[in-house]
Amino acid sequence: MEKAQTRVPLLSIYRVFFEIGLFSFGGGLVPWIHREVVDIRKWMTNEEFLSGIALTQVMPGVNSTNTAIFVGQRLRGLSGASTALLAMLTGPFCCVLLAAVFYQQLLGLPGFQAAMVGVASAAIGMLLRMGVTSARITIRSAPPAIMMAATFAAVGLFRLPLIPVVCVMAPISVALAWFLTTPKPAVDEEAGQ
Amino acid sequence: MNFDILLKIVIIMAPLSLAALGGATSIYAPMQHHTVDVEQWVTAREFLDLFAIARVTPGPGSMLGTLIGWKVAGFTGALVASLALYLPSSALVFGVGHVWHRHRGKRWHTALENGLAPIGCGLLFAGVLTLSRVAAEGIVPLMLIPGVAALMIVWPKLHPFIFLLGGGLICYAVYLAGF
Repeated sequence: MEKAQTRVPLLSIYRVFFEIGLFSFGGGLVPWIHREVVDIRKWMTNEEFLSGIALTQVMPGVNSTNTAIFVGQRLRGLSGASTALLAMLTGPFCCVLLAAVFYQQLLGLPGFQAAMVGVASAAIGMLLRMGVTSARITIRSAPPAIMMAATFAAVGLFRLPLIPVVCVMAPISVALAWFLTTPKPAVDEEAGQ
Repeated sequence: MNFDILLKIVIIMAPLSLAALGGATSIYAPMQHHTVDVEQWVTAREFLDLFAIARVTPGPGSMLGTLIGWKVAGFTGALVASLALYLPSSALVFGVGHVWHRHRGKRWHTALENGLAPIGCGLLFAGVLTLSRVAAEGIVPLMLIPGVAALMIVWPKLHPFIFLLGGGLICYAVYLAGF
């Protein structure tokens, strides 16, 4: 278990992820999690969060729920991860069923779909903003900058499949990081849950 | 409640959970195959309608599976389909995360973290590009993306919901204006 001083109440975890889940339109959710977890609540460092993204994106499942599990687990182990996942899905589950019931009326509303495109675009804008701010924090030298640019080009520009790209880039990037960081004095004592 | 149907939902959805690499987009096709062609739970038209609902409501696109479960077996079906879609992949993430968090602070872990962070960053930017290809049709939505990003950098304290609402209103106004 986590050290007592950093023990985040499950209710806080639920509240944060419930809200994020409820307002998650168009897939712009990871930046919102980042904002709440790293920027506002400081539950995690930026590096911890970003490495979690790289880690969970190569695994099956939805990015946002995977990220929620990663964060919840880091904070409170199994109960934290379950709470985060449940919280993320409560809102969407109810909304999607409600929408299914009132589907005809909803799509019949003039301009409804246009408005939803706008919401989704704003969500993508959030993602872009998170990329910019994270890059400013994380990219402090040339090697990570090159790795970031190469990953972006491969997946974004050339549309290569994500999993093989990460499987090639990650070992190179980690090896660079290994040789570029000087070993820190032992902090192993506080590791582990 | 028909137990056989629920079991069938699990048998179809649970493998899709583990097949959803890179998000829900990769499982739409097999989900359609199983639920429309093989089981004939929904018609092709209904499948598209449910897809549209999943797109315009909050939550991941795989909520489509929840809707199909609801169509087939009501509320219980929706619940069972959701669990089947999320639990397997979540368990896998949890398992990997368990090993990951346990070794925090060790040198190799720090190297992994510092090495993976730029990859995560690159994936974010790639995601922006990929999503905008799919979601943002038209010049106004496309301009919203950098616009929102810039405004959020200037006013980081503002609640994200305000930007989502603003984006929706702007596109609604453009629709009313008749572009």
